[in-house]
Parts: sequence; C-alpha cells; structure tokens
Amino acid sequence: MNIREALANRILVIDGAMGTMIQRHKLTEADYRGERFKNWHTDVKGNNDLLCITKPDIIIGIHKLYLEAGADIIETNTFSSTVIAMADYEMQSLAYELNVAAAKCARTAADEYTAKDPSKPRFVAGAIGPLNKTLSLSPDVNNPGFRAVSFDEVVDAYYEQVKGLVDGGVDVLLVETIFDTLNAKAAIFAIKKYFRDLGKSELPVMISGTITDASGRTLSGQTLEAFYTSVMHAKPLSIGLNCALGAAEMRSHIEELSQISACYTSAYPNAGLPNAMGEYDEQPHETAHFIEEWAKEGFVNIVGGCCGTTPDHIKHIAQHVQHLQPRALPVLETAL
Amino acid sequence: MSSIKPYLRLSGLEPLIIRPETNFVNVGERTNVTGSKKFARLIKENKYEEALSVARQQVESGAQVLDVNMDDALLEGVQAMTTFMNLIQSEPDIAKIPIMIDSSKFEIILAGLKCVQGKCIVNSISMKEGEAKFIEQAFICKAFGAAVIVMAFDEIGQADTKERKVSICSRAYQILTEQVGFDPQDIIFDPNIFAIATGIEEHNNYAVDFIEATREIKQLMPLTKVSGGVSNVSFSFRGNDHVREAIHSVFLFHAIKAGMDMGIVNAGQLVVYDEIEPTLRELCEDVILNKHNDNNEATEKLITHAETVKAKGKVEVKDEKWRNNSVEERLKHSLVNGITDYIDADTEEARQKYPKPLDVIEGPLMAGMDVVGDLFGAGKMFLPQVVKSARVMKKSVAVLTPFIETEKEERKQAHLAAGTTNEESAGASKILLATVKGDVHDIGKNIVGVVLGCNGYDIIDLGVMVPADKILEAAIREKVDIIGLSGLITPSLDEMVHIAKEMKRRGMKQPLMIGGATTSRMHTAVKIAPEFEEGVVYVLDASRSVTVAGSLLNKEQKPEFLQQLKSEYRQLKESFDAKKSTKNYLPYSEAKKKKTNIHWESFEPVIPSFTGTQVFENISLDTLRPFIDWKPFFIAWELHGNYPEILTDSVVGIEASKLFKDANDLLDKIIAEKWLQAKATIGFWEAGSKEDDVFVKTENSTFQLSFLRQQVQKAADQPNLSLADFIAPSELNKKDHIGAFAVTIHGIEKHIKAFEVALDDYNKITLQALADRLAEALAEYLHLKVRTEFWAYATDEHLSNEELIKEKYLGIRPAPGYPACPDHTEKYKLFALLNATETIGINLTESLAMYPASSVCGWYFANPQSQYFGIGKIQRDQLLDYAARKNMTLEVAERWLSPILD
Repeated sequence: MNIREALANRILVIDGAMGTMIQRHKLTEADYRGERFKNWHTDVKGNNDLLCITKPDIIIGIHKLYLEAGADIIETNTFSSTVIAMADYEMQSLAYELNVAAAKCARTAADEYTAKDPSKPRFVAGAIGPLNKTLSLSPDVNNPGFRAVSFDEVVDAYYEQVKGLVDGGVDVLLVETIFDTLNAKAAIFAIKKYFRDLGKSELPVMISGTITDASGRTLSGQTLEAFYTSVMHAKPLSIGLNCALGAAEMRSHIEELSQISACYTSAYPNAGLPNAMGEYDEQPHETAHFIEEWAKEGFVNIVGGCCGTTPDHIKHIAQHVQHLQPRALPVLETAL
Repeated sequence: MSSIKPYLRLSGLEPLIIRPETNFVNVGERTNVTGSKKFARLIKENKYEEALSVARQQVESGAQVLDVNMDDALLEGVQAMTTFMNLIQSEPDIAKIPIMIDSSKFEIILAGLKCVQGKCIVNSISMKEGEAKFIEQAFICKAFGAAVIVMAFDEIGQADTKERKVSICSRAYQILTEQVGFDPQDIIFDPNIFAIATGIEEHNNYAVDFIEATREIKQLMPLTKVSGGVSNVSFSFRGNDHVREAIHSVFLFHAIKAGMDMGIVNAGQLVVYDEIEPTLRELCEDVILNKHNDNNEATEKLITHAETVKAKGKVEVKDEKWRNNSVEERLKHSLVNGITDYIDADTEEARQKYPKPLDVIEGPLMAGMDVVGDLFGAGKMFLPQVVKSARVMKKSVAVLTPFIETEKEERKQAHLAAGTTNEESAGASKILLATVKGDVHDIGKNIVGVVLGCNGYDIIDLGVMVPADKILEAAIREKVDIIGLSGLITPSLDEMVHIAKEMKRRGMKQPLMIGGATTSRMHTAVKIAPEFEEGVVYVLDASRSVTVAGSLLNKEQKPEFLQQLKSEYRQLKESFDAKKSTKNYLPYSEAKKKKTNIHWESFEPVIPSFTGTQVFENISLDTLRPFIDWKPFFIAWELHGNYPEILTDSVVGIEASKLFKDANDLLDKIIAEKWLQAKATIGFWEAGSKEDDVFVKTENSTFQLSFLRQQVQKAADQPNLSLADFIAPSELNKKDHIGAFAVTIHGIEKHIKAFEVALDDYNKITLQALADRLAEALAEYLHLKVRTEFWAYATDEHLSNEELIKEKYLGIRPAPGYPACPDHTEKYKLFALLNATETIGINLTESLAMYPASSVCGWYFANPQSQYFGIGKIQRDQLLDYAARKNMTLEVAERWLSPILD
C-alpha cells in the first residue's frame, strides 16, 4: 500500500519532535563527534543531524519510539542537512552523506515496523528544513535589497539534499517549517529539477508552512491563502502547517486551509506555546483533544506534533483519530 | 462535498483570484522603463527608493497586478530586475499585489522569478523562436509556479488576423497543457493589439481581429485568460489624449464583452464608456468595429473629428492658418514640422524685418531650434524629425549666407578687439568639428556648426566617421583653435578617449569640446578629461557651444575657466570611482587553465571545400535585402525597439514606419539604379592552436594570430574563454581549419555628395545607414553560404532571418576589434591572409577603420562549441604576455587595448 492509498482510507499520524528526544540522551561533545570526527576543528555539539552518522542507534531508537506510539510517517533527522545550514559547523561537504545516513536510519526503523504489521505500512518522509538564510528577507535592516544567499545557491543546496534523501530511500519529501515561501519555492524547484534531470517519476511532496504569530501570516509576510497559491505548482500530496503555534492558535488557520486546499491537509503543531523558560508543557491528552476536534470537523488528513511533542503525545493523538474519517478531497471542477 | 473552481490564482503577500465576476484586471504599467521615462530615469540613476514610490503610487491608484519591465539597452537588465524585485519584497504595501515580470529577454524574466515569493505572471513567452525554446521556457516558468502570457507569435511572425491569432493560441495551448503539463487557468494569451486608423487599409480590421480572436479563444479554451496592451490600438492618435481615451474605452467595452480579462492600461485615464460624447463614441465604434469604413471612410471621419477635439471636453477648431501668423511663428512652425515649402520666402521676409541677417539666425531660427531641442529632449520628437528640422534650418541659413559674409567681416574685427583671435592667421578663430570614427551621426554636430558659424567662427567640418589621425592631421594643418568631437553611438565614447590620448601623445594644445547624444559630463570627466590636460569640455547643446567656445578662446577667461572645469571634473571622477564596484580577476596563468572544455581527442574537424581564398563580385543587392537586420538601422536613428514591433510601437511607431518606408523607397532606387556594388572575399586555411595563439598555414608561410582570454573570476564550472579555444591544439594534428571574410559596399560617395549639395542630411544619413545594413546583410548571407556550402559544416541548417539575427547558427564570425577579440591590429593579419585590399578594395586606416565605411570583416570558427562572448577587462599580466607574443611594445599594446584595461 502506498501513501496515497493509505491517505484515501484514514487519517495518518506523523511523528513528533526529534530535538526534544535527543536532549533526553544528554549527549556530550565527544558523543556527537564519535570516532570519525574526534579531531574535527569546530565544536559539533548541537549538530543533531550529525548523529545519523555518529550515533545512528540513538536516532533509530527515537524513530522506533514514535513508530511504537503509532506514527504512520516518520521524518528523517535532516532539518539542517544542507550545505548552507551545515556551514555553522564547517561540515558543508557532509551534506549529501548526512541525508543518505538519516534516510537509512528512518528506513531501517520503518521497515521493521511495517514487517511487524503489514496492514499498517510505515512511511519515511525526507525532511527538508527552511535553512538559516532567507531569500525574501534582508538580514541588514539598512539595506533592504540585500540578500545573504541567492536563489541558485538555495536550489543547489536543496538539490543535493533531495539527492541524498532519495538515494537513502525515503518515500516522500517533506518541505517543512516554511517561514519564507521563496525558500520553499527554491526547494520545489530543486525537487522538480532533480527528478527531471534523472528522468525518474517524482516522489510525492508534502508541504508544510509556518504561521508565526497572531497576524496569521508567514514570517515573509504572506497570508495563508497567498502562501497556498505560491506553492501549489508543486502539485503536493498534502499542504499544511507546523511549528510556531500550538494547536489552539493553529485551529482557525487549519480550518481555512481545509476549505481552500485542493490536496490533502496536514497539521502538526507545537505542544502549546513555550512557557517563560522556553519549555513546552502542553500535556499529551490536551494536544490530542484539540486535534481530535479538527479531525471530527473534517479539517485534516495528516496530524502529528512539532516542537515539544513526544512519543506520548503521538500515542494520544493516534488513539484519538484512529477511528475518525479523514477529510474528503474536494471535487476539482473543470469549468468556471 | 466541497469543490474547487479552476480560477487563475495569483499572489503577492495577498492572494488575487480571478473569477468570472472579477470583470477586468488592471495591470499597473508605470514601473516599466520602456513605457515611463520617469521610471527609466530613476532606475538609470540608481534612485531605487524613488522608483519604489512609482510602484507604490500604482498600487494606490488601483493596480491589481504590477508590471515590471527593465528592458533598456543601457541597463544591466538582470541586475536592475533583481535589485528592484528584492526591494519591492521589503515594501509590504507594494508586495501585497502579484508581480508581472515583463521582458523580451528570458534571462531577465528568470532573474525576476528568482526574487519573488508570490505567484507571478511571466510576460511573455512565445513560439517565435520555435517550439523547443518555447517548451523549455514554459517548463522553467512552471517550475517557479508562474502563470504565463503567451504572445500570439510563431516562427512566421506576429499574428495579425483572427485566424492566425486563434490558431497560434490553440497550438500553444496544446503544447502547454499536453507536453509541459500547464494548468489551463495559468495560461494567458496576448493576441496582439495593433494600431488601427493608421490610414493603411490592412490595419482597419485589427481591433475586430483582436476582439473576435478573443471571443473564439475563450470559447475554445474557456479556462485561459486574454490580455493585451490596450494603448497600442490608438497610437495613431498620439498627442490627442481625449480621443485616445475614448478609443480605449470603446475598445475595452467590446473586448471585455468578448472575454478579455486583463490589460496593461493606465486605469486612471480611462473614460467611462457612457460618458463619451455620443458623436465621438459612434465614430470610435465605427473605426474599432471597422464599420462603414470602405475606403477608410470611418477612419477619415474620426481623424477629421479628432482634429476638432484637443483638450478633454473642449472642442476647438484646428488652427490650419499658421501661414497667417507672424514670420517668427511661421519659421518656428516650419522648423518644428520640417516643412521646407515656404522657408525661402519666410527667411527673406525675416531678413528684411531684422536689422542684421545674423539676427534672423540668433532670433527666430534659434528660437525654433530651441523648441525642436526641447521636444527632442522630452522624447516628443525623434531623430528623423529633428534631421528634417535641420534641413529646414540649413536651407534658411543658405538664404542668409551671402548677406552674412559682410556681417562676418565686422564680427572678425570685433574678435580682434576682444582678443579672441586666431593668432596664426589673425583671422577668425577656427573650430574643427568631426563625428568620430565608427559613427555616422552628424545632425547634432551640424547644428553646432551652424550655430558657431553664425557666431563668427570659421568652421571646418570633417563630416562623419572621421578617424583620429584624420582629425588630428587636419587640426594641425589648418591650425585650428578648438577641436569639437561628436558621437551618437556608444563605441564613439572609446574613440573620443583614444583621440584625447592621441592629442596628448602628439603634444597638441587645442582644447577639446565633446558633444553628442551618447556623451555625458560624467563620461567626459571620468574617461576623457584625465587623458588630456589642455582642456576637455563637455558641451550639452548647440547654444552652450557658443559660450564655451568664447571662454576657451578668450585669453583672460581661459585659464580660470579651465581651472574651474578641472576641479569640477576631478570631483565627478572621485565620486564615480568611489561608487565603482570591484570585480575579481584570475591571474592570467590561472585563467589559461580554465579553457573551454572541448573533447579534441574524439573531435573530427570538417574540411572546407577549398583552402586559400575566393572573391565574389557583383553580388545582387536583391539577394541581400531579405538578410537585412533592421533593428540597428532604427537604433542609428535613435529609435529603440525590435523590428518589426517598432513599426507599431505606441511611442515611436509612426516615425519608425515613416522612416522605414523612406528607407525602403531609397533602397528600391539604390537597387534599380545600381548605386552600390557589393563585393566579398572569403578564405579557409589549416590551423592549430597553441595556448592563446592560433597558427595558420598558407601556401607559403605561417601566420600567428594572437587572441586574448577572459580573466574575470567566474563560477567554478564556467570557462574563461578565448577564441583560441575553438581551434584544435596543433600538437594533436587534427587538421582543424579557420576561415576569414571581408565584405564591402562600394559606390556611396557620389550619392552622398549629391545629397549634401541638396542640403539633404536626412537622405544622406539614410543612405549611409542602408549601406551599413547591406554590408552586414552581405556578411550574414556569406556566412550562411559558408556554413552550408563552402565549409559545409552545417549542411542541414534551416534558419529564419530572425534566427540568423539572433545568432542561432553553428559556428561564429567574430571581428577583430569586437568583444571576443578586441585588438583591432589583428585586422592586419586578416587583410594579409585575404589580400582584401587588392581584391575587393577595402583600405585600412591608421586607426584600423575600414574604407569604404560600410565594410565588415571577421574570422570564421566552425567548432560546434564556439560561441560569441566578450573578453571583458584584462589584467596587467595578460597585457605583458600579449605584448610579448605580438612583439609589440608595451606602450603600443596599451594603446590598442585601452578599452579593456582597468
């Protein structure tokens, strides 16, 4: 069963936070380095993506916790695995390898669970993050026309990431946490280019934007519908929202999206808004309660969690939506 | 169950959904350098902040989409588009609406697409360069998620009839939806709005063709949209906004009913259909719908009516009685309108009215020319009209000249008294004027000559295309007091720098005046003035030239005047240098390692059908005519735009059409009466490269051709090109070949002389420009024969003239002195190889200009990877190496390569 067939039948659950789970292992600089990078010239602690190479068992272990909790889709640990984001650790040359390694970690875990219960196939989503440099915004307030990175550079970075993810065996590509739509357009461009260059049929693409605050807009200033309009040429499998907001704040946006979207919708909010200490304290049953209500209203096809969510959150969410009907795809009319 | 309609959905920061009830989408048109002089000026002057205010004003006045166009020959389009788009993104009140990225160059469109997060419209793509290109560009647009405007334009040309419009649009639709995978709602057709009521009967149905094509397109392909540039339709009523606005309203009324969805239009200036005065509205209806229009009847009626209506709502009787005005007004009218019919009588009348004949020139004639200058400066008159004005001026001056002779004698005495005397001859001061080498334009210079002549100076006019040595020799021989240089095309700028350097080298003392449309105070200050210390003055216009000449020739004023000027120019140069961006260059040794990657081992060169040379005489001009590239002809006349679109351009279309007709009439005559002779020679020889040299084997000797190499730092996988890359290395023994050609047009002089005698600069310049075009056409024609016959490396080539102009062919024919091989002195070798002077009579001047002036020469490279490029700036290491390879002194090498040295 492929992911499209699964989506036609039920609401799929995507996994929760990776960073939160890695933190629990209280890894040291030496753990991050492993044997291979013991003499690396910069600090690498905090480079979570690197763990796919140096501590694959930990990453596979986290994936399994989410699969055990009932996740249908797990995300590769590749949020920053691009030549641009890896510059922070001077590990640009590892970008491709990181993606392959991360995809393999997730593949191993997912295949193990699919084998256990073939009626509930598990899917690996290659996570394509937003980058730490943006194409629509100037980092220099005195020079609004300046850009820290070019479209072509972003396309090249994503192209390499896509290649790594595909070579590592992912089932879908997930462009997520989009706060600058132009970065996402570069990712889409890279994906299309990659599959066209190789003459392969495209893997399904999931797109997930981020509404940053109560203005209801992305960080780069677009309204939700403008964002939707700007990325629909990807012909995505799904479009949705993640991060920045908790489920309570996300509701009206996901409702709007469910009305305008021609494809499946997804939503994986944070575990509420962070408290004064920067910690997320929304409890699993609270998150699940919000999401259950969305599912009952027919807003969603894919649900899960982002920052601060844990396997426990995912378990609750999965239990609450498992018997609910997925949002029906709208009829695409062919006449005005 | 919910449903989603297939609407065209666009976005900026906010969405724009075009529903059937949307009615008509206004596209803001002022952020377009080709359409808005103000915007163009702001962009050229780097005033992007102010340019943003133009965009903001468009949004505020109701534009729903913002059209942005940076197509200007003087702009770095990609950079301008990128900068402006990035800035727009940081202005939420502008960025909220979707952008229409408008360019005829796809690279500029691409640059725009890379900056905009929203869903844009690309304006436009078409099949004019064939399906393959169209599909490729459509794929790219799709990958950016942009909607596209498709022009009804195919390999044959722009569609004019309803049938052609519909069939091209249907074909494009099929390709886009079936092969590219475009959503039908993302396709917008522009079925070409052309001017009506031009007086040409074939144009009468153009509006109907558009409206009916729109109707059928929307029936056949109901999800697509139709757009168009509305103001084109009324351009024959240019200057009469009242009538134009009425035509636009009536046109839109019918076009929107037929299904037109959007248009580039100045929304603020549309009148409400119902509020148009009924007579005018009915006349507009007839003309637009081509009713009651046999023998242009409706057109004539509207034109007659239009003449009675000038300002908005005000009905005036057209003043047809200019002959009843004062003589000053009549002279002005004749000058502005280029009418020579009454000029002799009016001049005589004025002469009798004024105390001195010179007063007529300084008074009414100059006043008239001032108006011409102002209108020209404001873009309301175009060069062909100005030249006609000058013809009137010359005729008038010719009437006055005998009377001025006496007057002059008195002025001479006045000069003696004032100390502004030519020391050697103790006569009037002498001013030498010339249009520099490579430039056929002399109207500005003629006006300056007339004005200075009228002020008592002796004018020595060397004419046009005058090489440096000829100017300087004449200046020395004639002991002139001032040298004035004029130029209208950009290469003239370098020539002027060269002349300034030459004057310094020869130790000349005369001050230099610089003028002409391409020159500027900035260029003079930055590039010319530093080369020559005796005084270089930029002269804005003819009237300014009098005071400048006066200051330069007055012994007391001169030192102070020059001192002041120098400090002014130094400041300009400093501020310019401060702004200059720096490029990175590779060491020459590194650049040489980045050759074009050609797999020579597997390369099999095509052997030409002969080696040695072959001469062609008496090539029929009829054969060449279809190969003429008209665009440079219009550019020569300062009319910018692509041919044939320029003929229907809303701004310059009328003048371009007149000029085009005049040029073709003259060309008919040239061909029928065999005024000109076309001659050519070509040659092929075995050749091999060694680093950046190419060794050419002839029967008796070997020639070493030296080429330059790009040194600017490029992306890792981009080669640093040299033409030598396109010839197989000698050591591989591949028997590769190189070719060369020279072509020329003989016989122009006699006819130029005749036009000069008739004081007809207009036809003189047209003839010169045509001869240039014929020489270029001959080079194009010959290259085709070489590719398909003589060298025969592309025997299956089938290209349209337009494709030829766009250099779609395989192999190249770069000329020494042009960007890929900027050293003119390689022409000596080319001429020696071809024996071109003996066989077809082209002479090289000291400055390596070719005579006859209408000549073209160049190398042939056949390698499929050969391409045109520009060397750009080179560094000192390459200069030294090059001078050594060519056995030149460093000084000589520096002189010839000065344009590409930092």
